[in-house]
This record gives sequence, C-alpha cells and structure tokens, in this order.
Amino acid sequence: MSKHKKNTKLFESSLVTSALKQSFIKLKPGVMLRNPVMFTVYIGTLIMLGVCIWIAAGETSQGSLAYNLTIFGVLFITVLFGNFAEAIAEARGKAQADSLRKTREDTPAKKVFLIGDNFVNEMKIVPSSLLAKGDIFLCEAGDTIPMDGEIISGIATIDESAITGESAPVIREAGGDKSSVTGGTKVLSDKIQVRVTTGPGESFLDKMIALVEGASRQKTPNEIALTILLASFTIIFLIVVVTLKPFADYANTPITIAAFVSLYVCLIPTTIGGLLSAIGIAGMDRALRANVITKSGKAVETAGDLDTLLLDKTGTITIGNRKATNFYPANGVTASTFTEACALSSIADQTPEGKSIIELAKLDVSKLNTNGASFIEFTAETRSSGIDLTNGTKIRKGAFDSIRNMVTKAGNSFPDETAEQVKVISSNGGTPLVVSENNKVLGVIELQDIIKPGIQERFERLRKMGVKTVMVTGDNPLTAKFIAEKAGVDDFIAEAKPEDKMNYIKQEQQGGKLVAMMGDGTNDAPALAQADVGVAMNSGTAAAKEAGNMVDLDNDPTKLIEIVEIGKQLLMTRGTLTTFSIANDVAKYFAIVPALFITSIPALQALNIMNLHSPESAILSAVIFNAIIIPMLIPLALKGVAYKPIGASALLRRNLLIYGLGGVIVPFIGIKLIDLVVALFI
Amino acid sequence: MNTELTGVVVTFLLTVFLAYPLAKYIAKVFAGERTFTDFMNPVERFIYRISGIDPKKGMNWKEYLTAMLMINMLWLFYAFFLLLNQSSLPLNPDGNPNMTPDLSFNTAISFLVNCNLQHYSGESGLTYFTQLFVITFLQFVSAATGIAAAVALFNGLKHKTTDNLGNFWDIFTKTITRILLPICIVIAVILAFNGSPASYDGKDSIVTLQGDTVGVSRGPAAGMIAIKHLGTNGGGWFGVNSAHPLENPNYLTNMVELIAQMLIPIAMLFALGFYIRRKKFAYMIFAVMTIGMLFLIVPTINWEMHGSPEIAKMGILQATGAMEGKEVRFGPAISGYWSIVTTIISTGSVNSMHDSSMPLSGMMQMLGMLINAFYGGVGVGILNYFIYIIIAVFIGGLMVGRTPEFMGHKVEAREVKIAALVTLLSAFLIKGGTALAAYYFVQHGDADWAVKPSAWLNNPGNHGFSEMFYEFTSANANNGSGFEGLGDNNIFWNVATGFVLLLGRFLPIIGPIAIIGLLAKKKYIPESSGTLKVDSATFGILTFAIIIIITALSYFPPLVLGPIAEYLGM
Repeated sequence: MSKHKKNTKLFESSLVTSALKQSFIKLKPGVMLRNPVMFTVYIGTLIMLGVCIWIAAGETSQGSLAYNLTIFGVLFITVLFGNFAEAIAEARGKAQADSLRKTREDTPAKKVFLIGDNFVNEMKIVPSSLLAKGDIFLCEAGDTIPMDGEIISGIATIDESAITGESAPVIREAGGDKSSVTGGTKVLSDKIQVRVTTGPGESFLDKMIALVEGASRQKTPNEIALTILLASFTIIFLIVVVTLKPFADYANTPITIAAFVSLYVCLIPTTIGGLLSAIGIAGMDRALRANVITKSGKAVETAGDLDTLLLDKTGTITIGNRKATNFYPANGVTASTFTEACALSSIADQTPEGKSIIELAKLDVSKLNTNGASFIEFTAETRSSGIDLTNGTKIRKGAFDSIRNMVTKAGNSFPDETAEQVKVISSNGGTPLVVSENNKVLGVIELQDIIKPGIQERFERLRKMGVKTVMVTGDNPLTAKFIAEKAGVDDFIAEAKPEDKMNYIKQEQQGGKLVAMMGDGTNDAPALAQADVGVAMNSGTAAAKEAGNMVDLDNDPTKLIEIVEIGKQLLMTRGTLTTFSIANDVAKYFAIVPALFITSIPALQALNIMNLHSPESAILSAVIFNAIIIPMLIPLALKGVAYKPIGASALLRRNLLIYGLGGVIVPFIGIKLIDLVVALFI
Repeated sequence: MNTELTGVVVTFLLTVFLAYPLAKYIAKVFAGERTFTDFMNPVERFIYRISGIDPKKGMNWKEYLTAMLMINMLWLFYAFFLLLNQSSLPLNPDGNPNMTPDLSFNTAISFLVNCNLQHYSGESGLTYFTQLFVITFLQFVSAATGIAAAVALFNGLKHKTTDNLGNFWDIFTKTITRILLPICIVIAVILAFNGSPASYDGKDSIVTLQGDTVGVSRGPAAGMIAIKHLGTNGGGWFGVNSAHPLENPNYLTNMVELIAQMLIPIAMLFALGFYIRRKKFAYMIFAVMTIGMLFLIVPTINWEMHGSPEIAKMGILQATGAMEGKEVRFGPAISGYWSIVTTIISTGSVNSMHDSSMPLSGMMQMLGMLINAFYGGVGVGILNYFIYIIIAVFIGGLMVGRTPEFMGHKVEAREVKIAALVTLLSAFLIKGGTALAAYYFVQHGDADWAVKPSAWLNNPGNHGFSEMFYEFTSANANNGSGFEGLGDNNIFWNVATGFVLLLGRFLPIIGPIAIIGLLAKKKYIPESSGTLKVDSATFGILTFAIIIIITALSYFPPLVLGPIAEYLGM
C-alpha cells in the first residue's frame, strides 16, 4: 500500500453538506430516470403526495392524514437517501481528485517563446492556466512544475512527494522512458525545458473528475446487466402489488393506497438500487486513494477479472538492482585482503552494484589509502573496472571471462576453485564478479537479486485469487528461472524484448484470459494498449500513459496487485448488497401481508411472527426499515466488501452466510425494534 | 417401515436405478455413437429422404428455434382442425360430437405444449381417431420437442466455442425412434397385461350387483397411457385420469406409471453429465432437485397420512389417512407422492383428486408447478433450471468478485435480460390470469356469459381462490393437472388458459436456447481458482436459495390468500 494515505473520513462534514444539497438537486426527474428502481420509488412518493392532498380534501377511506403523511415522508426520505448515497460517493471522489488537482492550479509558469534558432528564446512568466498544449516552459531548481508535460531538454531531480507521497527525489530527463513530469511536483536541482502535453481540463485527473461527477459517467457492462436484473425484480413486485388489488377484492378486504405503495417500495430492491451507482463511483475513488487514476469505470471492473499479470522483475519482484551478498576469496588469499581489494576496486564505482560491495565490505572507506590513485572506468570493451594505486597495485573487477582473459594473457593461471565458485553462483541466479590484483585472481564477489520481502506471500495471495503471475526480465533464462522459482511466480519471460510482452499478452488473450501489465516506456505502449488493463507509470512517457487505461501516480509496480483487489471488491460489493436487498424481502412480507389481510382473515395473525403492534405500525416499520438501511449501508458501499483470497467456493459460502442469511434475519430484528418505537406513537 | 411408505421409497429408488443406464444410452444416441437401436437407421434415413432433411447440417440457435417453432405451428393447425371435425371422421364407435371452437382451441394448444390441461372428458369429448391421431400423436411430438430443446442446450455446453446446436430434425426424430417408442412399447405391454384396454370396440355395458346397466368406455388406451407418462404429458384417456380403474388398474401399474413419468426427466440430468463430460455438475443438479422434491413430498405424505383435522373434529377415525378423493387401491402415501411427482414434473396426470388434498398439500403441489424445475418436464425441466442457474451465476459470480461466467462464458446484459424476462413471464401469466379471473368473479359475477363467472367456483372463499390460482399455475407450468371444482369448460377459461399455455411453453424454451446460443458463441475463458465453481455444493445451495426466494417472493400473497389462509382457518 502506498505510504501516502489520504485519510478523508467517511463522512467529512463539508462533504456531507454538499452531498445533502446534491441529493435535492438530483430529484430532477431526468436525473432520477437513470436509476429505474429508485425512479419508481419517486413515483410512489408522488402518488402518496396525491393521496395526502386527496385526504385533506375530505376523502375518508384511506386512513388518517397523519399516517399517510408519515408514509409520504418516509418514502421521500428513501429517495433522498438513495440520492445522498450517490452524492456522497461523488463528493468524496471529487474531493480526492481536487486535492490532487489543487497542487497544480495557478502556479506561475515560465513560458518560453521560441524566437528562432539564432536568438535567445524569450521567456515570460504566465499563470499556468494560460498554458496550452504544445507550449514550452522552463523550470529551474525550486520551481513547481505548472503542468503535465514531457521534458524536451535537460535533466533534473524532482520531488514528486506532492503526488506520490514518496519523499525521495527522482531523476527525470529528456529522451528515454523517464521524460514525463507531472504538474504540482517540484524541481530540486538543474533546469529543464518541458513541452505541455495536455491542455487545461484534459489531464487524466480532469477526465477522472468528470467520470466521478457523473457528467460523462457511463454505466459499465456489469452495472447494466445488474440494473436489468434489478429492474426485472422491480417488475415482478409491481405485478405482485397490482394483482393484489383483485385478490383483495376477492377476499373482501379493502386495502389503502398507502399500503399498496408501501408494500411495493418495501419489496423492490431499493437497498441495492439506491447504492448501485455509489458502489461504482467508490470503486474509482478507492483506486484514486491507492494513487491510481482510472480512465473509465470499466477498467476497475475488468481488474477484478484479471487472469494474468505481467510484472517487471526489477522493482516489482526484486529490489531495484543486484546487491553483493558474498565474498569468496581464492585459495591462499585471506578474507581481509580480499575484502579490502573488493572495496578498493569499487570506491569510484557509482553503480548500485558498486555501492553494495562497499556496503558489504563494511570498511571505513576514508581510511583506505587512495591518494593519487587513478580510477579505471568500466567500458564495454574491457568489461571491467578498477583502480591503480600509487604503489603500482592494479586492482580490477569484472566479468568472469574478461578477467580470465586478462589473467591468462599475463601468463597466470585461473584458479580452479574460483572457476568452480563462479559456476555455482551463476546456477543460483547470481552474477559473479571476479577480482584480480596485478593480474592474479583474488576471488569472486557474488551479486544477487534481492527478492522483495513479502512478495512470495503476495503471489500466493494472487494464486488463490486465480491470478497467474508472469515475471518479465532481461536476464538469461537460467537466472530468470531461478528468480522466478524463488519469488514464486508462475511463469517468466526471459531476455524479454518489448515485442515478447506483446506476444505473450496476445497468446494469453487468445486463450480467453484477461491480462494486465504495467509499463512506462514508449516501446511498452502497444502492449499497454493490447492488455485488458494497462497501467502506465506516471513517470512514463506520454505515449505510455495514453495507451494504458490507468495511470499509477506512485510508479509502484506492485500496484497491479492492489488494483485487482479493488476490482474484485467492487464486484463483490454489488453482489452481496443485491443478495442482502433481496433477502430482506422475506421479513418485509411477513410484516406487511398479515397486516393487509388481518381484518378480513383473522387467522392470518399466525403469520405475524414478529408480533407487530398493529397493521399501521407494521407497514410503517417496514417502510422505515427499508429507508434507513440505505444510509446504514453507505459506509459498506463506499469502503467495499473486504476481499479474502480463500478460493471462490469458500468466498461464496462466506458471503452467502453473511449477506444472504444475514439479509434474511436482520430485517426481522430491525422491523421489530422499529415497531416497538412506532407503537409508542400510534 | 410402514408398507405404504416402503412402496414410495422403492418406487423412487427404482426410478433412479433405471434412469442411470437410460441416461448413458441417451447420451450415446445424441453423440451419434453405436447403440443397440441402430436397426432404426433405415427408418430414420427414409424419413429424412422423404422430408428432404440433411441430418448432418448443423443449426445455430436461431435456425434451431425456427425449425422447432414452424413444425409446432403446423401441428397446432392440424390438431385444431381435426378436433373441430372429429364426429365425421372414422373410428368413432360411441358417436361423440365435434368439439366447440374454444374447446378445440384450448385442447389443441394444451396437447401441443405438453400440458394436457383437459377441459373435456375423454370418454365423451373425443373419438378414438382424435385420441390416437391428435392426442397420442401430440403427446409423442411435444415430448420429443422438449427433449430436442434440451439437447440443444447440451450441445451448446459441450463445446468450448460453437454456434452449432445440432440439427433439430435429426435430434427430434431420433428422440422418437430411439427413446420414446421403444420404452413406450414396453410400458404399454405391461399396462395391457394388467387390464388397461387396447381395443377398438365401443362402449361395453355391464350390469352391476344392484342391477343397474352401466356403459363402460374403452378403446386403444394402453399405448396412450404409456406415452402420457413417459412424455410427462399427463392427459388421460378417461376423464378421471389415472384414478380410473382401467387407466391405472392396480398398485403395479401405479408404480409403472410413476416410474415412467419421472424416468426421462431424471435420465436427462445424468445424460447431461455424460454428454458434456461433467458428471459432477449433473449430480449437483440432481441433488438440488431431489432435495427440493423431498421438501415438498415429505410434508405432503405426512399430512395426507394423518387425515383432515376437520373430519377428526367430527369424531371420525381416520386410520387410513385423508381418503377423500383418493383410490382405496393406492392409499394416501403413494397418492401424496404422486400428487407431488406429477406437479414438480410437468405431467399433470392424477391418481387422486388434488382438490381434496389437505390445504398445505395443495400448496406443495402449487409450489411444484410454480418452481417447475425440480426435475421438471421432459427436456424443459433442465431448461427451466438453466434459467435459475443463470441468475444464480450472475449473483454468485459477483459475490466472488468476478464478472459472472458460466462454464467459461461471460454472462452479460443480454443473457441476464432474457433470463429475467422468462422469470418475469411466469409471474405475469399466473398472477395476471388469476387477477383477471378474480376480477371477473367479483366485479362481473353476473355477466351474461354461457357460464356466469359467479358460477365458476364450487367452493367459495380461500379454497375457491386456490382453484383459480391452481388452474393458471398449471397452465403456465404446462402441467395440466387441475384443482377440479372449477367450471373451466367455457370461453373465459378455454381462451385465457390457451394463451397462457402457449406463452408458458414456448418463451421458456426460446429463452434458454437463445441464452445458450449467445453464450456458446463467446470466447471460452479457462477456469481458475477465482472462478465460481458451478459444480460445487455451495453453488447448488445458492441455486436452491435463488429458486426458493424467487418463488416465495413472487407468489407469497396468492399462496397466503389461498392454501395458507385455508389451513390457518381450519
């Protein structure tokens, strides 16, 4: 999980206020129509309003005005609760996105006006809102980057903590795969020229805000299917209620309009109907809280279905780069001599591997006598580096064969036990570095990939979810296999070229699987587009970000795992709340049906198993329960049902028990409790 | 154990025991493997040649349905026309009259759709010609239509991705030549040897011990009684159906008829397992259906064996249980068993009068028909269950955090829409029909019709309500049994149930075949540990819960107003 949690409380008061306002604005029929289930409640409310007016005008057959007004009020509140659920989800999503957007609003930008090749370009300070796509601006140390863009010249260290929460600065430079900068981040050193890649209002964040706000929110395929199912349940209950009229006439039982409308509203799946869109928005919002910008609600939904994840080895499975893990001195060389030689050879080596050797040597580098020494840089030809000390000692470290060449050319032999050690290291997935002093072999350093702690458990978790993990690496197949086994991934692509990823994705998709990958380079773009869920790193190129359907602001390759869980949570929340909503009906029937017929068929008192106070209180309690269950479930809808990777059948059993059986039992208790209170007033 | 109960248990176990090998045989027939009935090959080839059918040509779901519906429509007109003019056709030794247009409309539809709701009495309403060439003929082809529909489902499930559901004509023909005909011959012979008539003579007359002369109807009945059960049709040769001593002479024939009606519905389940090579899936369905059946049967037998509390109040001993409306030669246990078997399966033949069952037994019979998928009618039972599966897959799939899929195919908006429509349809037809009847009964009781609505019901109150509700339930479920006591041979009931019959038959066939056609065309997704396992016990429980909840929620109010109120008022 990202360290940078934006801990907005579930119901922050400012959000609640705006959501309350929105719940009234959403009463517009056009808006209500988007949700067929709640729309029918809306109509029921209007009918009750009509009934109240009718009674006020003198009608006597429909019960007391107070009772009818109460029913009307409860129904109205039911509609508002439904709207509120959607509004609060929107407000939270928007607040989250706003807080990200705020960082980049109205920053002064040093806009560059290109004059031509021969003159110095003119520079003017303008507000960031005036920057258009294609404009170029300049950022120097201390400046805040005004807009998303791509570096066209220069290199800089940048503090991206405003977006990612990661305090360590990152390096971004022109060309290559790390050329993207994000608005709101800060340049710490150096100077860069950046071309704006998105116009105002077009950034991914802007698009996501629009999605959350509902303006461009499309129902996802699964949401549509569920809406159809819910609508059909609604129609079934409409039939129940409409046919009840002639049935009641047959049984000589007058039933009031309030009772009909109440029965109808109680039976139709208002709980899931009221929460459905909130669940969808909350899914995107949860992704955003994990610092992932989704370009559509569908992408989140798809994430729950993923079968295969393509993960880059470096950064995802292993910690960045290789580390020195062992020194193996050759025969006749003491450990301390060897260690010192290793340290000396790496003093000037700024690569992570070199640094890790110093670390492993645990020597005080400043005490080593390197005065006047000359450092030998690593070159592609020599494939070794080292140091020439003033006393004439030449220490080299490098690949096995290059050092061997060097040693044998000088007429010395390569010790067998070291050659043996080299082989052992290679077969263990490590990289051997041989160290020589004056063309005599001193020993070998073992470099190993360090597998991230806890990653095996995460892969195990994914396996239980039914997700296959594939490691992508540039290593040779032997090393790749070793690391793959050690980390517990299911498959690997060794010596991977960008087109290998693409082919692997296509091959998996042909088998009907849904594939996700993460990438940042321009050459990843086709594969990102091909994948069902393509997550581009925010630091990646514009092309990569354009091709994927999610952008990860943290640039964290393990994010895919979280995304899968968010997708699954989204679907589960829909399923469980639907089950809960339908299961609730059993109790409501037992509350309302006896109440309707008790006067004409007294024997039906036996069905009043909750022993409710009176027919009026029974109906009222059922309607009130039906209304208040919506806000009570909003937290669950927003947070999502917890996903546990315990296998599909066990998960189904668990959810059936909690939301199915629970859904049958809870309303019996709830309605009874409400009835005890209502009875005090009737 | 009580002998009566032993009879029930033995009958059921025998059924399952016989269904298993039959299932293997059915799977072989449709897989085109060699069977001992290959001697029928020339017959089939001859039929294909004269009809211009290429049995090898595969059909997609639309072609399959078109073929099925076209031929069914043809049979409808054929049957309607013959019934209208039966008195002038041969084989009418008793001189029975033509049917009225509304009755022949109802009868033609009723037998075409495998329902066999009978608003006439066979002895006087039909001639031997129409008994054979309309009734028995339709009993064969409607059963074969149902099985062919189920085989389309099998074919859709068998292959990973296909749009070929098989050739309707081929499947249909083989169903008759290789499954229905051979088994029917065996059953008919058993029945004939036990006293069911198989003669073309007209009424016989006997002089009773009291000296009265009684005309006894007969005819070539044994064969018809065989297919009536084997094809889960249920329409009797005689008016009182299998309670008639010639239609069901003794306990043995009673057993044979019970086994015959349940045989193919159970065998089709096992056959599904063999055919698509997912035996566990088939056994799971079988288990769910059997448990469902037991939930209905056990209390029913219990109530029937204990007799009526109303009669007990009068101080009358009921040592043999509730005997009103039951045959002494069968007794309450096997009659209770029959009443549930015949309603969960869409047979609708009766060996006791359901109208006289205890109120809650009556509710169990109604529930059997409302669910209509605990085994269900030949072929169509699986299709009905399939609709419940789709809904269970959708909800269950979401609950495990994946977009729902069934056997590797994604269940999306279109499939859900069709499944929802089919589910809706029953609720609409049954309750809409009952509401209409109740409306006429209450508001227009004195309407100037041939039979006044107020004269429909023998019993007022809750029981009368049950009679109307039962009639529409039976029509929609294509069951055909009646809660007699309802004056149903008049225009309102003939026409209203006629339409319910047609819609209640064909839409629940079209829907599942369309769904499987759409699903089978989709890309196949391999299973993973995150996939909902449709052959697991958990999924079985979910499906069971969905069936119970949907049925309970849809029909709670009418059931309360009918049988439950009657029971509570006792």
